[in-house]
Parts: sequence; structure tokens; C-alpha cells
Amino acid sequence: MSRFLLSFSIILVGVLFIARLVSLQLFFKESTLAESDPAITKEYIYPERGFIYDRDNELLVSNQAAFDIMVIPSAIKALDTLAFLELLDLDLKSFEQRMKRAENYSRRLPSVIVSSLSKERYAALQEKLRRFEGFFIRKKSLRSYHTAASANVLGYISEVSPSELNSGPYYIAGENIGRTGVERQYEDLLRGKKGVRYIQKDRFNREIGSYQDGALDSMATMGKNLQITIDKTLQEYGELLMKGKRGGIVAIEPATGEILSMISGPTYDPSLLVGRKRSKNYTELYYDSLARPTWDRSILAEPSPGSPFKALNALVALQEGIITPSTTFTCYEGFFVYGDKRGCHCGGGVRDLVSGIHHSCNAYFAETFRSYYRNFESTAAGHDRWTAHMKSFGLGEFLGVDLPTGRPGRIPDTDYYDRAYGPNRWVSTFIISNAIGQGEVAATPLQLANMTAAIANKGFFYTPHLLRTVEGQPIADLNPSYAQKRQTTIDSKHFEPVIEGMEKVYTEGTARYLQVKGIRIAGKTGTVENFTRIDGKKTQLTDHSVFVAFAPVEDPQIAVAIYIENGYYGARYAGHIASLMIEKYLKGSISRTDLEERMLSKTLELEYAKPYSGKPFKINEYAW
Amino acid sequence: MRGSFLLFRIDGLSMLLIIALTTFGWFNIYSTTLDDNSSTELLDLSTYHGKQLFFVLLSLVVITLLSFIDEHVIKRYSSVSYLVGIALLLGLFVFGRTIAGSTSWYDLGPLNFQPSELMKLLTALALAKYLSDTGVTLKTGVHQFYAVLIILVPVLLVLLQPDPGSALVYLALFLVLFREGLPLYYLAAVIFTLLAFSLTLIFGLSSMLITAAVLFLLYFLLRPKKKRPPLFFELLFPLLQFGVIAITPWAFTSVFKQHHRDRFSLWLGLEKDANKLLEIKQSIGYNTYQAEQAIASGRWWGKGFMQGTRTKGNFVPAQHTDYIFSSVGEEWGFVVSALVVLAFVGLLLRLIVLADRQKLAFHRIYGYGVISILFIHFTINVGMVLGMLPTIGIPLPFFSYGGSGLFFFILMCFIFLKIDANRHKTHFN
Repeated sequence: MSRFLLSFSIILVGVLFIARLVSLQLFFKESTLAESDPAITKEYIYPERGFIYDRDNELLVSNQAAFDIMVIPSAIKALDTLAFLELLDLDLKSFEQRMKRAENYSRRLPSVIVSSLSKERYAALQEKLRRFEGFFIRKKSLRSYHTAASANVLGYISEVSPSELNSGPYYIAGENIGRTGVERQYEDLLRGKKGVRYIQKDRFNREIGSYQDGALDSMATMGKNLQITIDKTLQEYGELLMKGKRGGIVAIEPATGEILSMISGPTYDPSLLVGRKRSKNYTELYYDSLARPTWDRSILAEPSPGSPFKALNALVALQEGIITPSTTFTCYEGFFVYGDKRGCHCGGGVRDLVSGIHHSCNAYFAETFRSYYRNFESTAAGHDRWTAHMKSFGLGEFLGVDLPTGRPGRIPDTDYYDRAYGPNRWVSTFIISNAIGQGEVAATPLQLANMTAAIANKGFFYTPHLLRTVEGQPIADLNPSYAQKRQTTIDSKHFEPVIEGMEKVYTEGTARYLQVKGIRIAGKTGTVENFTRIDGKKTQLTDHSVFVAFAPVEDPQIAVAIYIENGYYGARYAGHIASLMIEKYLKGSISRTDLEERMLSKTLELEYAKPYSGKPFKINEYAW
Repeated sequence: MRGSFLLFRIDGLSMLLIIALTTFGWFNIYSTTLDDNSSTELLDLSTYHGKQLFFVLLSLVVITLLSFIDEHVIKRYSSVSYLVGIALLLGLFVFGRTIAGSTSWYDLGPLNFQPSELMKLLTALALAKYLSDTGVTLKTGVHQFYAVLIILVPVLLVLLQPDPGSALVYLALFLVLFREGLPLYYLAAVIFTLLAFSLTLIFGLSSMLITAAVLFLLYFLLRPKKKRPPLFFELLFPLLQFGVIAITPWAFTSVFKQHHRDRFSLWLGLEKDANKLLEIKQSIGYNTYQAEQAIASGRWWGKGFMQGTRTKGNFVPAQHTDYIFSSVGEEWGFVVSALVVLAFVGLLLRLIVLADRQKLAFHRIYGYGVISILFIHFTINVGMVLGMLPTIGIPLPFFSYGGSGLFFFILMCFIFLKIDANRHKTHFN
């Protein structure tokens, strides 16, 4: 045994080695070899990113060429650092930092040293850079914007982050990915699919040809051109009006759910987030924590909706048979809750539904609200039903808009109040603020616009969306859910008196000074009380100005919701802007130049500075 | 006796295999190290292939001189030269030159000399000398102890350099001890210890302790009635295993360094976190990974001499030294790689035949020493390059670039072949 131990071991080792050679050399898969063979270079062919057009096929976003300076750390032989820094206008510290980052990523793979040089800089550099071994220039494509508006809708692209690199195999370092807005939502359509070419190199790193005659290569697929529902003219006009104001505007085409405008103020020029200044600009925008220009108020702000919500409460009461259009309540310049008087600005007197709406009578809707709950066995049962009605308008939940961000707003349901007060320990008077759109309800401007569209349509809406066609193919073909009618729980006949009331808002109600000749507009003002904390003390600020409207009444083509932070009463800023937007969209020109002039010249910056002044301040100051 | 000229009496097959392997190895060094700037002059000492050729020639000169020295002179001086070797190893701690963290070299002007390579030869000789002494038998504990000591002293000194790869090579001489009658249960103990260590790392402390206890009980229930190992061994052995299992987790985290841990993690597949495993693969396992890829890309017939794309341009580090076999795989393909493996196996088996036909114990034992050393070099090196064993850097005999290594491999083999050639000579003791 001892004698043959060694011979046996030798033969065993020989057999094992040959078996391993067989498995490695004769059965190892070929394609994985091409991936890892350092002598085979993988070259990507980048397709052009798709263009973005507005609803009238006006170009919004295209591409421009830019140039990155790349480095392969292991290929650097002898670097004349001083000359290099001078050439690229870099300082030593940041250069060393970038080199370290490149080496950490990979010594053998290219990393970006200087990003996004313009064509002019590239022309000056390209000859001189040859002297520096290990560095080379990579052409890339940047976005080019043909509008200064719509930054919040279009979104922007930027380099993939390390975590995105790790999460999937598609992206490699230095490539761009859509960050927000349409760029992010439709990244897959816009980017196309990059092609691959395998190139065989000899041991002196010279290219000797296509690997396996291109058997493994693939073609690039072009990025798709998108047409979005935004109306460029309206969007730009809206942003112009929003100068110096904070808030959100959303305009929807009721017949389709297409979003005509989606404006957040303050906003920024999308071109700021392109090229070499991108990082600096982004930091500036991002850290402006007071104005928050990168925070899209049109879909993320969730203020109380205010008086426009009265229209919905009226519809619910009509549907449930609580009131008829002729039901009247008396307003005592307010209404009473347990002997405690809550005010109303409508002037008082006997109010029916239509006059309740156009005078925005708090008392009328408070009484309606109370009557509604009295009709049910329990407050909870009534509230469940109320919640269902509200949600059927797309409130209190994500609407399904094709954007990567959003907020659901809030329709407080029975659970919500059970948690707050305990089951069966709350009644309608606890939640009566909801009657007038204050209290716990909250909605984004997008939801308000959608609600308005549903009223305009007398009982249904389409999921609001931004994508119109992809390479000429309508979105209905790609995503049928956007072409599907969503019915509300309210019968269409009940909308008549409410719309009548909303039209009277313009003809004789709170917005009578905002009429536009030749257009029948139905609208509803809203004035929303709001509070903030200053030094831990709850402090009331100037009311938010809210306005919803649609026009023309006989054939609604635009439904708009406007929310202006601290803009005071609804007819003030929001109402002005609503009239102007509607006229601009329907007529293409402005006859109410008085309104326009006022909107272009007035800003609310002083109002926004008040809470931070450190001094006591007055709110709801009347003067223009 | 067939003729009196040594060259005609020496074993032809072994000689042929050694020459073939050395020559082929040299071509691979030439292929892997030649770049644009290096000279193609054969004996240019600034090139790798030039230096290697120089050492081949040097070893030819030395073995020619050696052929005039009688074997019994070698035997007589084997103890003394062992002590000289020990002194050389000790001297390293004072005069040694540190390359890549190991103080293993003497700086001799243009060349470096690595005494641990010489010491392999000297240890094999000393061991043969001791075991062939009359009255020495590996059945007794004292003799076992001295024999083991002869091996372990250089192991310790080499470990302190530190050069764990070379230290491991000396342990191969235990194969000689087993051949010469050291009871096999020692071997079983060593194998079980290694197994216990690895399995504990894989399966964890508690499950291994339970398994060991069950096996232990089963053994005592089913143990053979006859031909049993001594009782003390029967008890000591399980105790040892329990001890190994018990301290493994502690030893792994406290005694081993992170790079050791990483190699084990890679080899035993311990790392479950895919990201970390990839990290280890790309750092520690990078060489092995690249080597495997290079070999695999060779396919049946290889890419041709000097045409390897991966083994050039420093894609596989240590290409001309420890990883030279990957160049064989890439440039020459499966057929030639398999032939090289067969050549090594053939040479080792042939040397066993030669060793077994020696009349004198000293000659036979020395022969086994040579075989064991060649065998472990071959196994660990090729096993590592093929990704079957953890990364341990020791050269492939006759192939790897490295003067001392090549020189002493040739010398070691030649001494044995000369002994074999003169086996019919009458020896006076």
C-alpha cells in the first residue's frame, strides 16, 4: 500500500488535470469568452436619443454633440501633469481626486475625467491631447432644449449613478439616464438600444478586425421620438405669468385627459441642467430650500382644495337626494356649530344651490353637509359613501399620470377619523370643514384639474397623461388605459345646476371681474387658510389663492386648476391666471390685457419673505 | 554495464522528458515576456529568456562538474551540507534581500540566489542519509521524531521569511516517510485534519461537532477486531479532530489574515453575498480567473506560438513565473497542454521505477525525495492555474522563469539520474 501510494497519487492528479483541461478548453462557452477576453474590445454604438415634440409637433427637445475626456489609468505611461492641467484648465487637487475615483472604478476601463466639453473646446483640444497617453476623447450626445419652459414636465438626463450601475446590466459608467419627468418615465423608449461591436486586438493593442466576423455584434436601435400632450405656447405663457409666484397650474383637455399645461412656479430653464454647468446649477436649484424650484408643485403640492370642493359636495348631496337645486338654506353671514359661529363672506341671506355656489356660501354647504350625514344611520356609514364619491373623481389616490413622481392628496376616510377620534366618537360637525374644502381634505393641482375636467364632462374623465404619440402611433394603442373613460359615481343630470352655478361665478359671482368676452367660462374660486410654524408657534399666513375653471361651457376644451401660494383670495392671482390661460388657449391672443399686465408686473416675493423676516407681519393685505 | 561513459548509462526516457520540458518551458517564457522593446538576442541577460537560458547553461556546467564526483561523496557530505543550508537560511535574516515582502534572496550582483531552493535538495539528501543509517526505522517514535525534525526545521525557517509556498513544498517530503514505513494513519490524521478544518468553515461549528461525535460513536461500535491502530491513537485522533473543529472558527477570524480568509472564501465558496464574492474574485481571484479564461480560450489547438492575446500585455500577472502554464494552454491548446501534463506524470512515474530499482536505501530514499518535491510543485502549480486549488505561489518545475528554481530542479534530478546510472557500481561503505 505505502509503496503504491505515490504512484497512485501521481496518476490521480494527472487524470484530474486532464479532465479539467477538457472541461475548460473543450466545453467552456465561447460567448462568455468574448465578454472577458481583454484582447477583445467591446465597442458600443449609441443610438440618438429620441426627440420630444409638443402636441402641435413643435420641437421641444433634441440633441447636441458634446465631448468627454476619458482616462484609462493603466494606460498612462509618463504623464506631464503640469502641461495636462494647463491644457484642460484643471487644478491639481481636483485632478488627483478625479484620477483616484477613476482608479477606484477600474484601472483598465475608461472613466470620465472632464465631462461635456463643447464643440469649440473639443476642436482646440483634440490635437494636443494626443501627447498624453492614456487619455482620449469620447463623443457623446447632450440634450438640446428649444423651449425655456416645461423643465418639470420634460425632466432631465444625467450620468448613471453607481447604484444604478450595480442594479442592472444595461448601463455602463458615463452613460446617461432619464432622471425626472418624461425623460425618466419614457427612458426605455427615448434611449433606444445601444449596439455592440466586438473588435479583436493584437497584443500591441492594435485593432486587427471584427471578432468572429461580427457574429456576436448587434445593431443599435434608434430612440423613439415622442409627442407629448403639452401645448408649448400655453406652457410658456403660463410660466411667464407664474414669474415671482409659487404654485402650480394644470390644464387638461377634458375630452381626452391630455395634459395641456403643467406648470410649477418657480421653475427653471431646462438648459441649465445640460453640459458642464449642470452640476453647479443643479446644486443651486436643489439647495434653494425656500423657493424649491425642483419641487414640482403641480403634482407634489397638496394644499386643501378650498371652495372648489363645494362643487363636489353639492354633487354628492344631489346624487344622494339630500338636496335639489331648489333647496334653500339661510346664511346668517355664517353658520353655527354648537352655538359657535363660523363666518361666511357671501353677504348672507337665503341661498339656493346655484347662488350658494357662485357666492361661495359657507353656510349653504355646511348645512348641506350636515343634512347629508343626518340621512345615514351612522356618521361612519355616511362617510364611507362620501369617501367613495370623492374617490371616484380621482381624489385621495394616485391618478395614474405618466410621471415618475406624484402625490395622492388626501380624502380622509372612516379609518382616518377612527384613528383620530376613536370609532363612533366623531360626528359630522367634527369634520364639517370638509364641506368647504378646508380641514383634512387635500388635493394636488393635477387632481383639481382632473376633478374640473370630470365636472366639465358631466360625470367622467380620462386618466390625465402626457404622452400623445410615439413615432406617430397614438398612446391609446400603446397603453389603452389612457383611452378608457373613468365614470364618477354622480349621474350626469346633477352636473347641470352645479355648472350653472359655476358659470354664474363668472357672470355675477366671485369672479365677475375676470370675464372674457366671447367665452363662456365656468369656474370656482377658492381661498385657502393655511398655517406655518414660526419658532414653534403656529402662525397663519396669507391665504392660498385657488381657482378651477373650464371653458367653453357648451363644449369644454380646457379644464384648468390653479393654486398660488399665499395669493390671497381665489379671484386674485389664481383667477386672473385662469382667465388668461383659457383665453390664450382658446383664442390664441389676449383681450384682457389689463389682467395680463397685472400678472406680469406683480410678484409675491414680499409675501413669501414675510415668515422669514423675523418681524411680526400682517396677512391678507388687500392692496395690489 | 553498458559502456563506461556516463551519458550512455543515464536513463534516456527521464533525460529526454526533462530536456523536452525545459526547452518547451523556455519557449513559453520567450513568448510571454517578449515585448516591442526587448531584444531577441538569445543570451541577453536583460531579458527573461536570456537569463533563463543562462541558468540552463550554468546548470549544464555544474552537472558536468558533478559527474566527476562519486555518489558516496555526496552521501558523506549530506549531513554537513544540510547544516550549511540551515546556516544560509538563518543568514537571510541578516543579509537577505526583501522582494515582494519576503526576505528570501541573497543579492549576488546581477543575479539573486534563493537558498530555500538549494535547501530542498539538501533536505532530501539529509533525510535520505538519516533514514538509510543502520538501525533507523520509522516504526519507533524517536526515529520518527528526528526524521520529522529534519523536515520541519527548514519549514520553520522558510515560514519566517515568510514564504509559505516554499514551506509547503518541504512538507511533500512526508510522502517519503510514508513510503519508508511511517504508519499511514498519520497521513489519515493529516487528511482528516485538513478536511475537518475545511468542512467546519463550510458547515459551521455546531453541525460539525455533532457529525464528528456521531462518527466517533459509530467507529467504536463498528471498529474492526483485528489490525487496529494503537489504542492511544484511537483516542488521540478523535480528540485532535474535536480540537481542530473547536478552534477553527477562532483561528479563521483571529490567526488568519484577511487575504488568507478571502482565498479560502473563494475556494470553498464561503462568501454568500454575491457582491462581495465578485469583489474577491476581481481582487484575489483575478489571477486565477484570467488564467482560466486564457487557458479556456486556447481550445483544441491553441492560438499559436507568440499569438496568445490574453497571456500577453500583462493581463495575467506572473505570466512567466507561476502562471506560465496558462500560456501553454492559450497558445498551444488542449492537445499540447494535455501532453505536458502527461510528460510530467510520465517523468514522475519513470523516476519511481528508477527509485525502486536502487539497491541502496540512501539512493532510493533520495529518489523518492526528488519525486515528492517535483510532484508537489507540479500538483500545486497546475492545480492553482487551472483554478482547482487556492492560490499558492510556487513555480512549475522546468517551466517557470526563475534561475535558482530551474537550476536546482535540474541539479536535483541529475544527481538522482547519475546515482541511477551508477547503480551497478560496487559501493563500499
